[in-house]
Amino acid sequence: MLLALLALALIAMVLAAPLGLRRLRDWRARRPTRATAGELDLELYDPGRERRAEQRARELLRSCVNAEEWGMYRDLGFIRVAGRHARREIDRDRGAHPAYAYLVYPHKPIVAYVPETGQLLSEYCVEFPDLTGGGGRHRLPASDDVLAKWMALTSDEDRVIRRANMHLVGRQLDPARVRRDLWRLAEWERRRGNREQVQQSQR
Amino acid sequence: MKPGHGEVLLAEGDPRVREDEERLVEEFRRQLDEGMWAAVPVRNPGSGRREAQMVKDYADIPPDSERVIFFPRASGG
Repeated sequence: MLLALLALALIAMVLAAPLGLRRLRDWRARRPTRATAGELDLELYDPGRERRAEQRARELLRSCVNAEEWGMYRDLGFIRVAGRHARREIDRDRGAHPAYAYLVYPHKPIVAYVPETGQLLSEYCVEFPDLTGGGGRHRLPASDDVLAKWMALTSDEDRVIRRANMHLVGRQLDPARVRRDLWRLAEWERRRGNREQVQQSQR
Repeated sequence: MKPGHGEVLLAEGDPRVREDEERLVEEFRRQLDEGMWAAVPVRNPGSGRREAQMVKDYADIPPDSERVIFFPRASGG
């Protein structure tokens, strides 16, 4: 009796299998599919991309700026750019001793200051946003950001300063840290001057 | 300069060759239409220091320039 029931159950399962498979196929076709990275247009994360981009950016920066500026950036992490639009005629075109100058940091505001006194004037918040429709997810590599600021300041200082948001120093940057950077810069220039004197005396 | 990527080569060629020049002009205009700024690294004839020269037209590019760098226009941060 038990054996007959088992045989009947087995026959029923075999007969019902095609129906069950069809139902399963229909259910799978109807259920919402999980979105894949490709469907959302997300790029797969490449952990080395930013590092390679920064390496290329450093080479580009090096090939564009003066040797002194490159050494400054390599050793101190910022570049000094001379200001050219002093109000008084006598303060313009002062060569190596400008009336005011800028400290250009990567991804931080540009700081204007007076080289003779070390007085901090203001900070200019400026950025170079992604115009390609990336939704602002990306920003320039650090060295490209410095180069963009350098190019903007040395070619059209007025335009970049007009576009920037100006604040007193201290809104984003710590004034104590900027003063320490100015001291580091003075020390760096002193050591560089000494080195050049030694090299000249050896010739 | 492209955010997220850094330096990207857009086009290269010899501007003295007509076909190359047409391609360079087309790419130059496309970049400016997309809102990029274009600058050429130059050496100041007076001080001898390097600086950038902003160019708004293909004809403004100094003839001996090796490259034009496009970068996103600045805005208040």
